[in-house]
Amino acid sequence: MWRIAKVVGLHDETPTARTLALAVRDWPGHVAGQHVDVRLTAPDGYSAARSYSIASAPSLDGRIEITVERLPNGEVSPYLTQEVMVGDELELRGPIGGWFVWQRDQTEPIQLLAGGSGIVPLMAMLRSRSSTGNVAPFRLLYSVREPRAVFYRDELRALSSQGDSVVITYAYTRVIPKDWPRPAGRIDAELVGNSTWLPDLRPTTYVCGPTSFVEHATDLLISAGHDRKRIRTERFGATGERK
Amino acid sequence: MAIISQGFSGRRRAGEAKLPPGQYLTTDFPVLSAGPTPHISLDRWEFTIDDGSNVLKRWDWKSFRELPTENITVDIHCVTRWSKLGTSWEGVSLDVLLADVKRDLPYAMFRSYGDYTTNLPLKDVMNKQAWIVFKFDGADLAPEHGGPARLLVPHLYLWKSAKWVKGMTLMPHDKPGFWENLGYHIYGDPWKEQRYSDE
Repeated sequence: MWRIAKVVGLHDETPTARTLALAVRDWPGHVAGQHVDVRLTAPDGYSAARSYSIASAPSLDGRIEITVERLPNGEVSPYLTQEVMVGDELELRGPIGGWFVWQRDQTEPIQLLAGGSGIVPLMAMLRSRSSTGNVAPFRLLYSVREPRAVFYRDELRALSSQGDSVVITYAYTRVIPKDWPRPAGRIDAELVGNSTWLPDLRPTTYVCGPTSFVEHATDLLISAGHDRKRIRTERFGATGERK
Repeated sequence: MAIISQGFSGRRRAGEAKLPPGQYLTTDFPVLSAGPTPHISLDRWEFTIDDGSNVLKRWDWKSFRELPTENITVDIHCVTRWSKLGTSWEGVSLDVLLADVKRDLPYAMFRSYGDYTTNLPLKDVMNKQAWIVFKFDGADLAPEHGGPARLLVPHLYLWKSAKWVKGMTLMPHDKPGFWENLGYHIYGDPWKEQRYSDE
């Protein structure tokens, strides 16, 4: 069933990514980690749909946020990141997905690993945790191309400085900030060892990002002794399109 | 009563006419899996057929690869909306694997390394409709795409084509598998756009 969503807010996260706040008619609510399908229809009736992860925490007010990365040859993402305006209406269905989700009654340690815009559903989990006062210990390892490509920068900084056990580690693959101790490069066994929960703590781990990142990250986690059954993944296609 | 987005024109392509509703064409091969990619060594690989209590058939890699194979060129459609046309595979037809198995149980649950499952009516995997494939585009099937061997059922959404498949259990009644338990359609016909359980 397609629902009508009105764009009620827009802001840029990075030079290529934009967050859309949507007021969704008859929205049934969602769980952190789920996604929606967004459908656009051209004046001549041609339509195209893509999936986008929900970035916002579950709430009862019928509002959700999605963050869309503009893809160089994308069909839908250029419109959503450059053309759409506050007040426009879109069609949306969802929420979709019952596996890559974090429920508010989960109390075990949580490990999040994000590659690039794979941060979006993980941000929904962090926000869901904050918004309910859940005190499950969270760690986030966020691999990103360069400092200016970080989504939700100020909010992540605030989350990690509250001293309530959200620990965030950044890894830059191409460009590092000034005086950054680790050279630019993919995450490796040492970084995973130093920045993620020990396997003995039996964390539930969520890994989201491009296929190459997810394959590499899960191999490192399993080599470090993590139980593969406790690792949930969501991969973007080779095209970089959201799952 | 679709909502029109003025200024949206989209990207229409020549191939689009052949696509099921709501799909778009890709030339890449995206990867979608619920967990880590299992790496299965060929000397431990096996494929079994059981009826829920007894193993009816068992192949190790060597005996499996001695079975007659077919080259298949088909279009594939993922529930996440991408379609890929003219993909070529090599594999063993389920008709071969089921040749001397009794057909009195009308459903099957396919089981994978890594604990994935998916359900299919038996009639959908017989009569040249399903294969256990081990080559894609002439090369050994990569682990992230389901290697060493995966199910291929191209007339249904691709989540039915279980990666890392290791067996099938014949069942008297239909029963949801992994994604079918998590909101996806019990059958999954892309031409009827049976994506989710509310369709």
